[in-house]
Amino acid sequence: MRNQHELPTDNQQLTTIMIEVSNIEKSFNGTPVLKGISCVFESGKCNLLLGGSGTGKSVLLQCIVGLMKPDIGSITFDGTVYTNSKIDIRQEIRRKIGMLFQGSALFDSMTVAQNVEFPLQMLTPEMSPEERRERVEFCLKRVGLENAGNKMPAEISGGMKKRVGIARAIAPQCTYLFCDEPNSGLDPATSIKIDELIHEITHEYNITTVIVTHDMNSVIEIGEHIIFLHQGKKLWDGTKDEILNATVPELKEFIFSSSLVRAAKRIDEETEGGMAAFTEESEAGGGI
Amino acid sequence: MLTTFGSFVLFLRGMVTRTERFRVLWNRTIDEAILIGVDSVVIVSIVSAFIGAVTCVQIAYNLTNPLIPQSTIGYMVREMTILELAPTITSIVLAGKVGSSIAGGLGTMRITEQISALEVMGINSTSYLVLPRILAAVLMFPLLVIMAMLLSILGGYLAGTLTGVMTAQDYVEGIRTDFIPYNILFALIKAVVFAFLVSGISSFKGYYTTGGALEVGAASTGAVTNSIIAILIADFALAALLL
Repeated sequence: MRNQHELPTDNQQLTTIMIEVSNIEKSFNGTPVLKGISCVFESGKCNLLLGGSGTGKSVLLQCIVGLMKPDIGSITFDGTVYTNSKIDIRQEIRRKIGMLFQGSALFDSMTVAQNVEFPLQMLTPEMSPEERRERVEFCLKRVGLENAGNKMPAEISGGMKKRVGIARAIAPQCTYLFCDEPNSGLDPATSIKIDELIHEITHEYNITTVIVTHDMNSVIEIGEHIIFLHQGKKLWDGTKDEILNATVPELKEFIFSSSLVRAAKRIDEETEGGMAAFTEESEAGGGI
Repeated sequence: MLTTFGSFVLFLRGMVTRTERFRVLWNRTIDEAILIGVDSVVIVSIVSAFIGAVTCVQIAYNLTNPLIPQSTIGYMVREMTILELAPTITSIVLAGKVGSSIAGGLGTMRITEQISALEVMGINSTSYLVLPRILAAVLMFPLLVIMAMLLSILGGYLAGTLTGVMTAQDYVEGIRTDFIPYNILFALIKAVVFAFLVSGISSFKGYYTTGGALEVGAASTGAVTNSIIAILIADFALAALLL
């Protein structure tokens, strides 16, 4: 496991520790869900919170974005303590946060374009309507939905909703992007497209992206920094290149519960490096 | 019970601290005023006109003493309408229509994470979602009650004259007898208080919905039930205090 303050050697000039989570604990009705989790999230990287159902990934994410208050511990955004700080400081940080929710959380009563424009209207009153319209068009084009602006959320598919959610998150030029299971309910091909979009946006705007997932496809596609949670504890962190050789039993059990990954691992062992070719192929757009 | 009341007070306090910009609140209030007020005109009109009509016919049925003038029917319809029926029945009807709509809307927003999305954006969700609803209700309930008063008295007039239980002249004389303007003010005070209770309680129930679709339904039911109970208690308290 890498020391939490140590940054990777590649892209070292670009990455900075933007979010620092220190010893977070959270219980519900006396049942501990998070047990002293500490980790860091770097800018310009897709940071993945990986783990099975009920391991506390979403709770940790909600603690980080401030939707839940941790019982113990602190969260720091770019050197500014977020937990237990004054409301003005929290508001200031929150306005730099974009979030893609599991169910997209689009406003039903607004069109796609109005959904994307909403944070601009609320957070940047200094923008003129023309500037806002241009920004909305840009964001929708960026996620490939330039022709869907007048549709209502109920009229678009699950994958399109996720794209709108991403467009809404990046519209106010967020510094931090949080995604709660961005692939849930999507077919594999659409999942890969969403992963790629998040990955591209993260690098394009040097955003600190934190993604909650249990999808091994996402790990292999975009897992630049992975944190594995098990029963409320952080058991491992590393990169997608390291994860298949991890020695933590719970992580191995989690990864190789998928027959697809087992097969890939077997090929890797048989061909000595086939797994690397496998991940390269998936990075090139082939997917699993 | 005390914990819930404390949570309700904190909920209201959160709504008025860190409010959104005036322009945003104004636009949202107008939108809500249309939903709460304009969209309720038909149901309030039907209910109030028929209540006035039924009140007139039933009073006429009970007033059989030849020593009591027929104009008393009009007088009693007016008094009952202004003091009780228009503000209270209208508010109970609105508790059903508006209260369930507010609780259902906010509950759905809660379970689909739309409220969380607002919070993550740094927007005070209670100020953005609840304050305009309460302001719109406080603005629109008195207007609807005034309309209900007029239509109820008109309904009584039509019922009385069309069924032949009294003449138009007697009815008009009755509704002009011993008029006390303060009663109108009392009715409007009741409307404002009921508006606050219906919108506040319904918003509170909807905002703190947890779970899924079943719980949204339960929140709507709870909102209507609690609003009606609160209206009846406040009705008694206001009558005891202000009359």
